[in-house]
Amino acid sequence: QNSNFKENEVLSVTLSVQYLFQLDDDEEEEEEEEEEQEDKFDISISVKDPEKIGTNDMNAFQTPLPMFRNKTFTVRRRFSDFLGLYEKLSEKHGPNGFIVPPPPEKSILGMTKVKVGKEDSSSADFVERRRAALERYLQRIVHHPSLLQDPDVREFLEREELPRAVGTQALSGAGFLKMINKATDAVSKMTIKMNESDVWFEEKLQEVESADQQFRKLHVLVESLVVHRKELSLNTASFAKSTAMLGSAEDNTALSRALSQLAEVEDKMEQLHQDQATNDTFNFAELIADYIRLLGSVRGSFDHRMKAWQRWQDAQAALQKKRETEAKLLWANKPDKLQLVKEEIAEWEVKVTQYERDFDRVTATVRKEVVRFDKEKARNFKREIINYLECLLQSQQQLIKYWEAFLPEAKAIA
Amino acid sequence: MRSCYGLICGCGALWDVVSALPLQPRAVNVDLQTDATLQVDISDALSERDKVKFTVHTKSTLPNFKQNEFSVVRQHEEFIWLHDSFVENEEYAGYIIPPAPPRPDFDASREKLQKLGEGEGSMTKEEFTKMKQELEAEYLAIFKKTVAMHEVFLCRVAAHPVLRKDLNFHVFLEYNQDLSVRGKNKKEKLEDFFKNVVKSADGVLVAGVKDVDDFFEHEKTFLLEYHNRVKDASAKSDRMIRSHKNAADDINRIASSLYTLGTQDSTDLCKFFLKVSELFEKTRKIESRVAADEDLKLADLLKYYLRESQAAKDLLYRRSRALVDYENANKALDKARAKNRDVLQAETSQQLCCHKFEKISESAKQELIDFKTRRVAAFRKNLVELAELELKHAKVTMT
Repeated sequence: QNSNFKENEVLSVTLSVQYLFQLDDDEEEEEEEEEEQEDKFDISISVKDPEKIGTNDMNAFQTPLPMFRNKTFTVRRRFSDFLGLYEKLSEKHGPNGFIVPPPPEKSILGMTKVKVGKEDSSSADFVERRRAALERYLQRIVHHPSLLQDPDVREFLEREELPRAVGTQALSGAGFLKMINKATDAVSKMTIKMNESDVWFEEKLQEVESADQQFRKLHVLVESLVVHRKELSLNTASFAKSTAMLGSAEDNTALSRALSQLAEVEDKMEQLHQDQATNDTFNFAELIADYIRLLGSVRGSFDHRMKAWQRWQDAQAALQKKRETEAKLLWANKPDKLQLVKEEIAEWEVKVTQYERDFDRVTATVRKEVVRFDKEKARNFKREIINYLECLLQSQQQLIKYWEAFLPEAKAIA
Repeated sequence: MRSCYGLICGCGALWDVVSALPLQPRAVNVDLQTDATLQVDISDALSERDKVKFTVHTKSTLPNFKQNEFSVVRQHEEFIWLHDSFVENEEYAGYIIPPAPPRPDFDASREKLQKLGEGEGSMTKEEFTKMKQELEAEYLAIFKKTVAMHEVFLCRVAAHPVLRKDLNFHVFLEYNQDLSVRGKNKKEKLEDFFKNVVKSADGVLVAGVKDVDDFFEHEKTFLLEYHNRVKDASAKSDRMIRSHKNAADDINRIASSLYTLGTQDSTDLCKFFLKVSELFEKTRKIESRVAADEDLKLADLLKYYLRESQAAKDLLYRRSRALVDYENANKALDKARAKNRDVLQAETSQQLCCHKFEKISESAKQELIDFKTRRVAAFRKNLVELAELELKHAKVTMT
C-alpha cells in the first residue's frame, strides 16, 4: 500500500499550534449593517521546519499536543493530510454554502525536485512557499468561527497520528473518481440556468468572476517580475566580477581602486535584487495565488446555492407531476392507486418545504460568508501590500547607503 | 516608420571624452571645449525608413574653408568612408584613429513596435497607449545615442592636431553634395574579410616580437589584457541593463493591471488598489530611468573604450609591423652590402623604414599617454555621474 503514496509525500512540515483559546466566549459584536461574530479567540498557528524524511516517505510533523486553554502543542502532518482535511471540510460544509479555504496544490514537478535531493535555490524556494501557504491555509480555517468547531479540524490539530488520507491520490482509483465528479459538476453547472431573484447574488457573481480573471493576469505578471529580478541579480553578480577584473587590469591606481569599489557596490546590489525578488514572491505573488484559489471556493459556494435551488425546483416539478397524476386518477376513479399517489404527494410536499428552507438557509450563509470574505480580503491585501512596500522602501535606503559610500571614491580618481 | 526628431545633441557623457583630449599644451583639461578654430557638432538628425541623416554643422576660423559657418547632411556610410580613409592613410599610421561610430540599429525597436501593433487587439486601450509611449521613448533613446556616437567621432577628429587638417575631413565637412560613397559591395566585403584574417594572423606573429622599448612592451601587454576585460565588462553590463529594463517593463504592466482592478468599483479596497497602482507606475518610471542612466554612463562608456582600446591595439600593431619591416630592411641592407649589389636601393629602403618606424614610435608614445589620460578622465566623470544619478533616483523613490 505504501508504494501508492510515494508521489508527493517527502515534504514534512512541523506544525505547532498554540491555542490561546476561550471556549465559552462567543460575544457578538455589532457591526454597521449586519450582525457579525468577531473572532473573539486568538489562535496562532505556525507551520515550521519542513523536514525531509528520505527513508520511508512519510511527512512528519512535530506538534506538542495542544490542550485547550493556553497550551502549545505540536503535531506532525503530511502534505496529503492537509489535502484530506480540505476534502472532508468541503464535502461537509460546502453544500451548506460555506466558503472552505483551499490548500496549495499538489505539484509533481516541485516535489520531484525536492525528492531527488536537488539542493538548489529553486527547491528551497518551493519548500518555503509550500510551508507558508500551508500555514496561511490553517490560519484561515482556524479563524473561521464555524469551521473551527468541526471535529475533523480538532482531530487534525490534536491527534497524534492521522490515518492516511485515501482520497487524495491523483492516480489511485478514488482520485480518478473524484476527477470525474469534478468534470460532471462543471457540466451540470452549465445547464443550471437559475432564475435569479436576488440582484445581489448576480452582481456578486460577476464581481467574483472578473476579480478571478484580473488576479490570474496579475499573478502571471508578478511571477514574470520575480523571474526578471532573479535574472537581474545573476547578471549584476557577473557584472561585478567583470568590473573587478577590469579594475585589476587598469594601471591608474585611483581608477583601479574606484573600479574595484564599483564592483563591490554591484555585488551588494545583487543581494538587494535577490532580496527584492523574495519580497515580490512572498508578499505579493503568493498573496495573489491564495486569492485565486479562494475565489475558486467562493464560486464553489455559489454553485452549491444553485444546486440547492435546483433541488428545490426539481422537487416542485415532481410534486406538480404527482398532483397531475392524482387529478387523472380521480377522474379515472382508481381508489388504491389514488391512495398511493396521495401519500407520495404528502412526501413531496414535505420535501418541497424542506428544500425551500434549505435554499433560504444556504442563501443566507453564502451571503454572510461572502461579506466576511470581502472584509478579510480587503484587510489582507492592505496588510500584505503595505508590507511589500515597506520592504521596497528599505531596499532603496540600502541602495542609497551603498552609492553614497561609492561617490567619494569615484571623485578621488585623478 | 517615419519619424522626425530635431535634436540639439547634448551628448554630455561622450562629449567630455572628447573635450578631455589635450591640445596644446598636452595637459588634461576636462572641460576644455575644442578651440574656436574648428568646432564640429551634429545639430540635427532625421530618421527615415532605413537610414539616418545627420546634419553636420561646422564653425571654423580656418582659412581653408569658404565660409565661417556651414552645414551639410551626411549619412552613416560617409562617416565610415572617412574613418576608413584615415586607416588606409600611411601618414596616420602613428596615430590612434578615432573608432568609427557603430551603425544605427533600430531593428530591435522596430520589431517591438511591429509586435505591439499586431497585438493591439489583445490589450486595453490604456495598456496599448502606455506601451506605445514606452517603445517610442526607447526608439528616441537609441536615436539620441547614435547621434551622440557619430558626433563624438567627428569631435575627436576635429580635436586631433594632425587629423583635423586632413583633406578628406574638410571635404566631408564642407562639400554639400552627396559624397557618392556607396557601401561596399559583396566583393569588397569579401576582400575586407580576407584582409582582416591576414591582419590578425600577422598581428599574432608580430606580437610575438619582443620590443626593446619598455614603454611599448608594457603598453602591449596592458592593452591586450585591458581590451579583453573591457569587452567582458561591456557584454555583462549590457545583460544587466537588459534585465533591469525587463523588470521595469513588468512593473509597468503590473501597474496597469492594478489600475484595472482599482477601477472596478469604488470600495475602499479599490481605492487602495488605485493608490498602489500609482506607486508602481512611479517606481517603474524611476527604474527605467535608472536603467537608462546605467546604460549611458556605464555601458556606453565601456563600449566606447572597447573600440578605442582596439584602435590603440591597431596602432601598436602598425608600429610592430613597421619595426619588423625596419629589421628586415636592415637585414636586406647587410646582405646587399655583403654582395655589394643594389646597395643604394637597400639603403634608401632601410632609411625609409627607419624613418617610418621612428615617426610612428614617437607619435604613438604620445597618443598612448593621451589615451590613458582621456580614459581616466572619462571614467571618473561617468562614474561620478552614475553614482550621483543613482542617489538622486533612490531619493525620489523614497518620497
